[in-house]
Amino acid sequence: MMEKEIKKAVKPFHFYTRLYLSELTGLTASNVSELLALIKEAGDSAIYHHTHRFLLQHQYLSPEPPNDFAYWVTAALNEDRLGEKLASIDTMKYLTIRDLREKIVATIEAYLKAYPNAAKRFAPEDEVFYLIKCVSFVLPTAYAANDLREFVEILKKIAIDSIYFHMFEARLRLERKTNDFSLWIEDSIGDKGLASKILKLDPYTYTLEDLRKTIIQMVEKS
Amino acid sequence: MARLEEYIPIVGEGVVADLKALAERLKGKTIQHINSTAVGGGVAEILTRMVPLFQELNINTRWDVIKGGDKFFEVTKKFHNALHGRAEEITEADFAAFMETSIDNMNEMQSFGDIVYVHDPQPIALIQKKSDNKWIWRCHVDVSSPDRTVWEFLYSFIARYDAAVFSSPEFSPKMAVRQFLISPSIDPLSDKNKELPEDVIKAVLEKYHIEKDKPIITQISRFDRLKDPIGVIEAYQEVKKYIDCQLILAGGGATDDPEGVKVYEETKEKAGNDKDIHILLMPQDDIEINALQRASTVIIQKSLKEGFGLTVAEALWKGKPVVASAVGGIPLQIKHKYSGLLCHSVEGAAFALKQLLNSPAYAKKLGKNGKEHIKNNFLITRHLKDYILLFLSLYHKEDVVYL
Repeated sequence: MMEKEIKKAVKPFHFYTRLYLSELTGLTASNVSELLALIKEAGDSAIYHHTHRFLLQHQYLSPEPPNDFAYWVTAALNEDRLGEKLASIDTMKYLTIRDLREKIVATIEAYLKAYPNAAKRFAPEDEVFYLIKCVSFVLPTAYAANDLREFVEILKKIAIDSIYFHMFEARLRLERKTNDFSLWIEDSIGDKGLASKILKLDPYTYTLEDLRKTIIQMVEKS
Repeated sequence: MARLEEYIPIVGEGVVADLKALAERLKGKTIQHINSTAVGGGVAEILTRMVPLFQELNINTRWDVIKGGDKFFEVTKKFHNALHGRAEEITEADFAAFMETSIDNMNEMQSFGDIVYVHDPQPIALIQKKSDNKWIWRCHVDVSSPDRTVWEFLYSFIARYDAAVFSSPEFSPKMAVRQFLISPSIDPLSDKNKELPEDVIKAVLEKYHIEKDKPIITQISRFDRLKDPIGVIEAYQEVKKYIDCQLILAGGGATDDPEGVKVYEETKEKAGNDKDIHILLMPQDDIEINALQRASTVIIQKSLKEGFGLTVAEALWKGKPVVASAVGGIPLQIKHKYSGLLCHSVEGAAFALKQLLNSPAYAKKLGKNGKEHIKNNFLITRHLKDYILLFLSLYHKEDVVYL
C-alpha cells in the first residue's frame, strides 16, 4: 500500500472510543431455569455485558469460554454439554442483541427439554450467577484518518477500546449491521475488496491485540 | 507523585488520551472524597495516589477525613466485623456513640462538592447533609453475608445516596439505589509497586534477618483476624514438614483499627520459637513491603473475608505466584490454576503452597499470566477511568451515553 499513490477518502474516518461501567442489578440465578428466566427478562445491556465482557477483560488470552452464561453453567453447575452449546453460539450471525438473546434462550430451552433433571441442579451458595448490566459511554477521540496510511498509523496507537467500539459495539449493540472500518473503507475509500476482507473476520475468535495486528496487516497489504 | 505521562509506557498512549478526553466532560464539577483515615489501609492508599492524578486532569478534587475518638472507631470496627458476618455484640449505646460522632462531623465538615464520594461505613451518616448535589457511597468491605441489624442500620443511610459502589458482584444487594461494580487498583509507579534494584531488596532482607536463599512464603496484611494470620502459620507448618522454608507475616496498623496489636500478639504466640517465622509489625514503609514481596518465592493471602485484597494485585503485578482464599474480590484477580491458586482451608492453602514451591516453572507461568491480568484490569488508570464514568453516570440514566 505504502508505495502506491494514497487515495484520499471522500470523508475522513473519525475514531470514537467506548468506555464502560458495570452496573449491578442484585439479581441472581442458582440453576439453569432461573438463569433462563433472568435472560428472558434482562435488558439488552445485561445480555450485551455477559456476552462481551470477556473481550476487554482478557485481551491477551481468554481463559474462559466466550460468554458468562457458558462459563457459569459449566463451572458452577457442571452442565458441560450446555456450556459447550452456549460457548459455540456464533455471535457474528446475529445482527441485534434481541436475536442473540433469542438464540441463547432457544439453546437453554432445548437443553432443558432434553435433560429435564438439569433444572434440579443448584450452584453452591458462593457460586450463584450475578446479573450485571453494561453502561457504555461513547465519545470522539482526537484522531481522524483522511486516507489508509493515516488510518493504519492511528490503528497502531489508538486505545484498544476504540477498536473494540468500531468492530463490536457499532455492529451489534448500535445495530449498524457491519463494522465501522469496513463501512468507511467501502464508502469513502472505495476499496470493496479490503472492506469485505475485514468484514469476513470473526473478531470474537481473536484477542483484541491480535485483531488490531490483523487489521493493520490487511490494510498494509492492500 | 507520578504524572500521567509516566503511565504511557505501561498502559499506552491511547488510555491516557481517553482519560483526558473524559475529564473534559467533568469540567466545572468539584469532587469531594470523604473517608476515615489519611494513612494505612487500602482506601487511604488509593486516594493518596488518585487525588493528584484527578487534579492533573483538571478535575477539582478534594479529600477530607472525618474525626473520631477511640469509642467511635471501636464501634466502627465492630460494624466492620459484623458486615463481614462475624458475631459482634452491638448495643444501643454503640449506635448512639456512632451517631454522636457522626453529628459532630456533620457540624464540623463542610460538604461543598458537586459530587460527594463517601468511602466505607464510618462517614456514611454524613448523607444527612445532602442538598441538591450528588452523593455516592463506596463500600470497600465484603458485605456478602452481613449481620442484618448493622446492614439495616447502614441501609437507612445508603437509601439516600444517588449511587453505591461495590468491589464484587457478590456484595451487591437488591436495592433501589443504582449500584456499580468498580474494582480498586494498584499504582504501578508507587513505592510499593515500582521496580526495585537488587541491592535494596537485599538490604531489607538483611535488616529483618531473612535468609535470601531459603524459599520465602509471605503474607502482607494488617494484623487482623479476618486476614487469618494464625491459619497462615498453620499452613506454613504443614509445608515445613516437607520443604525447608521461611514465613514472613508483615504489615502495619491503621489509625481506624484498634484490634491490630492484640492480633499481632496472638500471632507471635502461635509462631512460638520457630526462627524461620518472621512476624514484622512495620511502620508504613512501602519500599520495604515492595522488597519483601519481590524477595518472596510465593505470596499467600489467606483471608477469611476480603473487601478486595489489593495485596493479591500487588503480588501478581510483581509476577509472583499467589495462593489466596476464594473470598471477596480475590476470584476477580485470580482464575484458579491460570493466574494463581485459590483455596478454601488451611489444608488447601498448604497443598497449593507445596505445589508452587516444588514446581517453579508452573509457579512462574501463573505469575506471568497474573501480571498480564492485573495490567489489563487493575491498574490505577482503569480506576481513574471508572471513577470519571461513575461521576458522569450520575447525570445520565441511559445505558448508552453519547458524550
